Amino acid sequence: MYDPTSRPGPTVLTVTGPAPGRTPGRGSGRATGGAPGRPRGLWSDAWHDLRRNPVFVVSALMIAFLVVISLWPGLITTHSPYDCDLADSQGGASPGHPFGFTTQGCDVYTRTVHGARASVAVGVCATVGTALLGAAVGGLAGFSGGWADAVLSRIGDVFFGIPVILGGLVLLSVVENGSLWSVVGLIVLLGWPQTARIARGAVITAKQNDYVLAARALGASGPRTLLRHIAPNAVAPVIVVATVSIGTCIALEATLSYIGVGLRPPTVSWGIDISEASDQVRNAPHMLLWPAGALSATVLAFIMLGDAVRDALDPRLRRGGRT
Amino acid sequence: MGRYVVRRLLQMVPVFAGTTFLVFFMAHALGDPVAALFGDRAPDPATAARIRAELHLDEPLGTQYLLHMGGILTGDLGTAFNGRPVTELMAEAFPVTLRLTLVALVMETVVGIALGVAAGLRCGRRADTAVLAATLLLISVPTFVSGHLLQYLLGVEWNLVAPAVPTDASLTDLLLPGLVLALVSLAYVTRLTRASIAENVRTDHVRTAVAKGLPRRRVVTHHLLRNSLVPVVTFLGADLGVLMGGAVVTERIFNIHGVGFQLHQGVLRQNTPTVVGFVTVLVLVFLLANLLVDLLYAVLDPRIRHV
Repeated sequence: MYDPTSRPGPTVLTVTGPAPGRTPGRGSGRATGGAPGRPRGLWSDAWHDLRRNPVFVVSALMIAFLVVISLWPGLITTHSPYDCDLADSQGGASPGHPFGFTTQGCDVYTRTVHGARASVAVGVCATVGTALLGAAVGGLAGFSGGWADAVLSRIGDVFFGIPVILGGLVLLSVVENGSLWSVVGLIVLLGWPQTARIARGAVITAKQNDYVLAARALGASGPRTLLRHIAPNAVAPVIVVATVSIGTCIALEATLSYIGVGLRPPTVSWGIDISEASDQVRNAPHMLLWPAGALSATVLAFIMLGDAVRDALDPRLRRGGRT
Repeated sequence: MGRYVVRRLLQMVPVFAGTTFLVFFMAHALGDPVAALFGDRAPDPATAARIRAELHLDEPLGTQYLLHMGGILTGDLGTAFNGRPVTELMAEAFPVTLRLTLVALVMETVVGIALGVAAGLRCGRRADTAVLAATLLLISVPTFVSGHLLQYLLGVEWNLVAPAVPTDASLTDLLLPGLVLALVSLAYVTRLTRASIAENVRTDHVRTAVAKGLPRRRVVTHHLLRNSLVPVVTFLGADLGVLMGGAVVTERIFNIHGVGFQLHQGVLRQNTPTVVGFVTVLVLVFLLANLLVDLLYAVLDPRIRHV
C-alpha cells in the first residue's frame, strides 16, 4: 500500500513540478538533498524526511525487532510458553528464567516474548482492515456526494456510535470463540467510520482540483477519475491515521483480553497474562510488570512511528510549526 | 441557530435507531442467549423453549427489536442473573459511574487544556518538548496497566491512598480511579490543544489583538483559546465513549460497583439482558453527548451556525 518511490500526482496536466498540496517553499528549498534539479514528490520527500528523523529510526528498529520475534519467537527463547511446573509458582528470577514465573509456574520471559505475536497480528490486521474499509466507503461517499454521501455517512455514524470496548463486551461475549479474527473483526466493524470520515474529507478536497476537472473534461470515467486522479492525492491522511491507529488497536486488543472477552487461553497474549497477574500484584509484582512493560513499549513504538509519519506527510503539523 | 439544532436532531433519529439495532443484533443474531444462560451444559429443551417464549426469541428479529426498544423506552430492560430487574441495577450503578466519569472528564479537560496552552505558547522550546514526550509516554500505557501500577505504588507500597473504593464512592474516593481513567485522554487533549494553539498563535486576529495592546491574558483566553477549542471539544465528545469503555476496566481494578462492574458480571455470567441493556443506555448517553458537542460548536464558532 505504501510505496515511497511512486510519484502520485496529476497525470493529465502536470508532468513535472511539485505535487499538489505541498507547501511550495519547502519542496524547492530541500530539493538539493536528493536528485539535483528534480523536485521530489510527496512520497519521496516524506521518505527523505523520515530517514533523518530519530523518532522514526528508533521506532522502526523497535518494530522490526517486534515483528521478527513475533514471527520466530524461538530465536530468543528456548522454553515453550506452555511448559509450566507448579513447583515454580510465582517464583522470582533465577538463572535461565530472568523474569521469574507465573502462578501456574510458567516462565514469564517466554510468555512475554510469545505474547508479541498476538498483539502485532491484531494491530496490523485490524489497522489494514479498518483502513481499507474506511477508505473505500469514505472515498465513495466523498466522490459521489449527494444522496449516497448522506446515506453512507449516516451508516458510518451508526457504527461510530458504539464505543469499541462496549461493542466488544456485547459481540465477543456472544461469539465466544476467543479467536484472533473475531477481535480483528470487531475492531474493523466499529473502527472504520473514523477512517471513512477522514478519507471522505480528503477526497472532497482533492475532487475540487483543476486536474480532476480536466480529466473529466477529457472523458475519463468516474471510477478512473477516482482511482487514478483523486485517490493518489487523498491517500496521505488515511495512511497517517492508519499508522497512528496500529498502537491504539494493540492497546484495544490487550484491554479486551484483559476484560476477558478478547483472546482466550491457550493463546498467549499480554492482556490475558496481565489480567491473571493483576490479582497477585502484592505477592508477585514481576508477573505484572514484564508483560505490562512489553505492551507499553510496543504501543509506544507504534505511536512514535505514527507521529513520525504524520510529521513527514503533513508538513502543516510539523514540530514547532516553523516551516 | 434554530435550524441548525433541528437539522442535527433529525439526523440523530436514524443514527439512534441504527445504533440500538446494531447492539441488539450483535447480541441476538450472532449468538444464542438461551444457550448462554446454561453455560457449558446443554439446556433442557422444554425449559429452553419456555425461556425462548418468555424473551420473545421465537418472534421474527424485527418484532424482537421493536419489543426490545419498547422495553427500553418504558424502562423495562429484563432481568439480571440474580433475578433483579436490570433497571434496578442501573439505578445503583449509574450514579457511581457518572461520578467517576465526571472526575475523569474534569481532570482531562482542566489539566489537558492548561498543559496544552502552556506547551503551545512555548512551541518548540524545552518545556514544549518535555510535554510532548510525557504525553507520548502516557498515551502508550493502556488504562489497565497504569491503573494496576498506580494502585500498587500509591495504594500498596507507599500507602498514600486506599487501594479499593467503598461501595457508595464519593467524589474524593474516586480521585485516583478518575485520574487513571483520564490519563490517556488527558495526553490526547494536551496534544490537541497544543497543536491547535501553536497553529492559531500566528493568525491575524491574534496579532491584531496583541497590536491593540490587549493584556496577554485576555488575548490567550478570549482570542486564542476560543478559536483553538473546536477540535478539543470534538475530541471530548468522542472521548466520552472511550471513558465509558475505560470505566469497565477502571472499575474492575479499584473494585468500584458501577456500570463497568455490572457489565463485567453480566459478561461473566453470560446474562444477555444485562449486557445489552447497559450497553444500549451507555450508547444513548454517548450519542446525546455528541449531539451536545455539536451544539457547543455553534456556540464556540458562530460560522457553523449559518451553514
